[in-house]
Amino acid sequence: MSVLARAVTLTVAFLAVVGLAVFVVVHILLAEPPTVDFTAGHAAGQPVSMTIMADPVNDVSDHPDWVSYFVKSPQTGVWVHSTIWQLPSHTRINVTAYQFDTCDPLRNQFNGRVSGTVGNVMSVSGEAAGVNGKGISVVNSDTTCGVAHTFSVPELGINVPLAGETYTGKNECTQGPCAISTAHTTTTFSFITPGPGEYRWQCFIPCGLASVDGNGHAMSTIGFMTGYLDVVS
Amino acid sequence: MAAAQQAAAPAAGPAEPSHGLRILLIWLPLALAADLVIWFVWGPHLPPGDMSNTAANQQFDIKVMSVMAAPVMLAVLVYSGYAMITWRPRAGGDDQDGPPIEGNTKVQASWITITSVIVLALFVFGTVELYSSNGAGAGQGPSPIWKPGGKPLVVQVIGQQWLFTYRYPQYGGFETTDLVLPVGQDVQFNVTSLDVIHSFWAYQLGVKADANPQVNNIAYTTAEHTGEVTVRCAELCGLWHGAMFDFGRVVSVAAFRSWARATEARMAKITKTLPPYALVYYPNEIKGLNKFYYAAGLPGAGGGFYGNQYYPNEP
Repeated sequence: MSVLARAVTLTVAFLAVVGLAVFVVVHILLAEPPTVDFTAGHAAGQPVSMTIMADPVNDVSDHPDWVSYFVKSPQTGVWVHSTIWQLPSHTRINVTAYQFDTCDPLRNQFNGRVSGTVGNVMSVSGEAAGVNGKGISVVNSDTTCGVAHTFSVPELGINVPLAGETYTGKNECTQGPCAISTAHTTTTFSFITPGPGEYRWQCFIPCGLASVDGNGHAMSTIGFMTGYLDVVS
Repeated sequence: MAAAQQAAAPAAGPAEPSHGLRILLIWLPLALAADLVIWFVWGPHLPPGDMSNTAANQQFDIKVMSVMAAPVMLAVLVYSGYAMITWRPRAGGDDQDGPPIEGNTKVQASWITITSVIVLALFVFGTVELYSSNGAGAGQGPSPIWKPGGKPLVVQVIGQQWLFTYRYPQYGGFETTDLVLPVGQDVQFNVTSLDVIHSFWAYQLGVKADANPQVNNIAYTTAEHTGEVTVRCAELCGLWHGAMFDFGRVVSVAAFRSWARATEARMAKITKTLPPYALVYYPNEIKGLNKFYYAAGLPGAGGGFYGNQYYPNEP
């Protein structure tokens, strides 16, 4: 092999390795969904309304079969595929959670307990099996189709099991973000944000099926079933 | 012949000072000072402190190991420094090798004796320490060799991605995210996991035990002071491993009993839905639930149950 050919080969190999490293850093390590801002224009002391949905599918990522959360932008009203939410500190957050997925048993039934919300309760309406009503504090996912996903912030003690949708003869969501006209349950609850900081949240249903005993894929990827609350003063 | 000449050569010159004695006299006060500083000044601040008998034993062990290691390290440093100064090259000096030490029975015997004594002493010391603190705070598996006398408070530690919860079987089996322990009472941790491998590390208590699924890993401790305990997962367990921590409390016996009774009552509703207290759990096997899902024609979130390929016991 000539000196020129060797130099070219070496250069190409070097550029390939550097390119791969840059791709991994930029596309994987630094990739992060957008932060949805609930602080802009917020008046101190006033509650914040936040609307989220948990979908069985999504059409906005490289993984359309992964379950996923969406959040409604307070500025545009458009559903955003993000799990990073910026919230004002020491503020009541009123959450409406639409849930379009079917149910699964909790790996630890302890997470069927509603905690960390105002009054340690939630309200559920829709097609949930046996968990409709107000002031619900416990859901048993082992005996009813009670839980599809959870919204849990362990550091703040917040845990809200979102009721499953039974889908019996109903209009099923096949495209995410799901249309509100498709079958779903609606869970409402409120919580008070703490002081400034980043607080991770996650789902405690192992819904990343086919990966790491249910806790891979969507469960382990920020932007799908986990993220963090960016609480600012 | 040449070696014999080399060995004989120094005898013809001026008498060599006793290098061994010099090194000993330099090393001895340094080693003594280092050990005193380690034991009395540094030692009380060594991790993990003295909040429990296991933590205090670990601190004591680290102090002993440091006191043993410091003279050895100083011997190496002193000898090296002495050699570099005393036998450094000098202008017009001798650049020949010194006499070989091969066959020097005194050096060989000293080396073997000292190292053997140190290693065997540490072996005996380590074994005694494991016994005296009921396993030194480490997980001993499901059948512990060393157990405390009496009836300890049992606390089950359940690891799950990414949260530790605690069950108290002697108080109705309630489960909570709060770790609260009484001071002065033996505690038995039954550590297990519902998914992957975690590790329960209660730093100030000097307790560290792997949390493996379908394994009951037992560790003992006795808290000797009240205060806060930092609990961390010490086994890389996924995305939020770094966030898998919480804070426990060691309180007075009266405060603990009061807390336990109040928590038992507060958790009564969720406790009824929990599986009966067991040493290990099989969360992928909920047979009644399988039938419910099967009859309802429910595929489960994401298209299947977890287990088998995901679920091992389909109806």
